Amino acid sequence: MSSQDLESLDVEGIRQQFPILQREFDGQQVVYLDNAATTQTPDPVVDAMSDYYRQYNANVHRGIHHLSQEASIAYEEAHDRVAEFINADGREEVIFTKNTTESENLLAYSWGLNELEPGDEIVLTEMEHHASLVTWQQIGKRTGADVKYIRIDDSGRLDMDHARDLITDDTEIVSAVHVSNTLGTVNPVGELTDLAHEHGALSFIDGAQAVPNRPVDVEEIGADFYAFSGHKMAGPTGIGVLYGKQELLEDMEPYLYGGGMIRKVTFEESTWGELPWKFEPGTPPIAEAVGLHAAVDWLEDIGMDRIRAHEQELAAYAYDRLDAEGDVEIYGPEAGSDRGGLVSFNLEGVHAHDLTSILNDHTVAVRAGDHCTQPLHDKLGVPASTRASFYVYNTREEVDKLVAALDDARQLFA
Amino acid sequence: MGLGSDMYRQQILDHYKNPRNYGELEDPTFTHVGENPMCGDEIRIDVKLEEDGESDDEETIKQVAFSGDGCAISQASASMLSKELQGKTVEELLEMDRDDVIDMLGVDISPMRVKCAVLAEKVAQDGAEIHRGELDVDKTTTED
Ligand SMILES: Cc1ncc(COP(=O)(O)O)c(C=O)c1O
Repeated sequence: MSSQDLESLDVEGIRQQFPILQREFDGQQVVYLDNAATTQTPDPVVDAMSDYYRQYNANVHRGIHHLSQEASIAYEEAHDRVAEFINADGREEVIFTKNTTESENLLAYSWGLNELEPGDEIVLTEMEHHASLVTWQQIGKRTGADVKYIRIDDSGRLDMDHARDLITDDTEIVSAVHVSNTLGTVNPVGELTDLAHEHGALSFIDGAQAVPNRPVDVEEIGADFYAFSGHKMAGPTGIGVLYGKQELLEDMEPYLYGGGMIRKVTFEESTWGELPWKFEPGTPPIAEAVGLHAAVDWLEDIGMDRIRAHEQELAAYAYDRLDAEGDVEIYGPEAGSDRGGLVSFNLEGVHAHDLTSILNDHTVAVRAGDHCTQPLHDKLGVPASTRASFYVYNTREEVDKLVAALDDARQLFA
Repeated sequence: MGLGSDMYRQQILDHYKNPRNYGELEDPTFTHVGENPMCGDEIRIDVKLEEDGESDDEETIKQVAFSGDGCAISQASASMLSKELQGKTVEELLEMDRDDVIDMLGVDISPMRVKCAVLAEKVAQDGAEIHRGELDVDKTTTED
C-alpha cells in the first residue's frame, strides 16, 4: 500500500458507523480510549449478527432443513474467512473458542498436560498477559515442567540475548505475546519462533493485541499456534480463535468433549471428527462467528496497513504529548518506534485509580490497574498504571482531551 | 471540578495529603494487614484497646494507627476511620457496614471504587475478629 493510501483514512466516515461514540455523559461526548480492553462494534457487524438472528438462526451441522443449512454454511465460511485473513492453510487450522484466554487454555490442557513432564521447560516473556502466564504456570505445577521468563530491558523490549540463553533443547514451548497490552512493544515473534524451532520446541503467540491493528501472517511468522479475540478487533464478544498447524492439531487430544465433534460413538468408545470441529463440541458461537466474519471484512476494507499506520501515529502523538508534560512517566518503547496503539503511564503524585476516576469525570474512558500483567508491574515498580489505547476511530483531538484533563488531577492533588 | 462523580471533595484530599494517625503503635492489642489486589492498595491497622473492659462486648478502642499505600480513596478512608474508631467499642466496629464508610467519606463512591473505600474497615474488622479468635486469616483482601 502506498503512503498516499495511508493518508486517506476517513476517520469521520468511520466514526459514523459507531453510534456509541456519540454518547454523552453530563453533556460531554465520550472519548473512548480503552480499546485494548475491548473495541467498539461498527454497524455492519451488528447488522450481520442481527440479520443472522432475524433470518437464518438455527443450530449448525446437524440439521437438514433450510435454515440449518444456511447457518451451517455461514458458520463454516466464517472459519474460511478468518483463515484467509491470517493466511492459515484453511478452516482445519482455525478453531473458534470463547476468547484468547480459552484458546490458550485449550492448547495448555490439550497439548501441555499430555506432553510435558519434569525436566521440560516452558519459556515465556516477562510481559505475558495473565492469560498465558497463569495458565502455563499452573500447567507447569501439574506436569513438573519449569517455567522461565525472557527478561525485558530498560526500554521495554525483550532481551534477545537472554532469549537465546533460555531457549535450549529442554524447551518444549515458547509462548510469547505478539504486542504487549501494557508496554505496547511489538515483539520479534518470528525470531522467537525460529529459536524455538532450532531447539525442537513449539511456539505459541498471543496475538490479542496484534491481529486487531496490523497485518498478521501466521505462515510468515512460522508460529505453530496463534490466538486472538473477536471483541478486540471490532467484532463481538464470545468468540476467539486458536490457529494451529494442521499436523499438530491432528495429533492433539480434544480439550472439551461432547456432541458435534465425534465421528463414531458406542457405549464404550468414541472417535473424533474432522478438524476443526474436533475442538468445537456443543453448540458453537454461531451469531458471533457471523459477526467476526463481518468484522474481518470491515477491517480489510479499511486495510490493515492503514489501521496500523493510524494507530502508530496516534500512539506516537500521545507519547510525545504526555512526555512533554514533564511529570508523566511512560512505560515501554519510545515514541516513533514500532509500538501498538497504546500508552501506559503514571502522573507523578497521583495514583492510577484516582487519575482514571478524574479522567472519567471528563468522560475520557481509559483503564487503570495492572492490565493483567501484575508481575510486569512489580518489575516496573508500580502497583498500577493508566492506559490509553487507540483504535481506528480515534483522533488527535481525543488525545488532546486526555492530556488537558491531567491538569484537573494535578490541581486536586497538588 | 465536580463534573461527574465528585469523588474528590476537599475532605478526602485533605485526609489523603495529611493522613491522621499515620504510623504504627508501640504496643498494639492487635494488628492486621490487607490489600486490594486489583488496585494494589495496602493497609495495615494497629489497634490498642482500653484494658478495663469487663467482657468482650465492652472492649473500647483507645488508639488506632494505620499505614499503607494506595489510591486517595483507600488512604483517606483509612485516615478517617482511624479517627472515627477512637472511643468506639469493638462491637460497634464489627457492626459497621459499607454504608457507614461511605457516609463517613461524605461523597458518592462509584461502584468500581467501593472496594478501595471499604478496605480499611474490613482490615479493622478482620483484625478484631482474629483478636477474638473468631477468624483465622493472614491477610484481608477485598476480592471475594
Ligand atoms: C495480550 C493479551 N492477551 C490475552 C488477553 C485476554 O483476552 P480475552 O480476555 O479476550 O481472553 C488480552 C486482553 O485482555 C490481552 O491484551
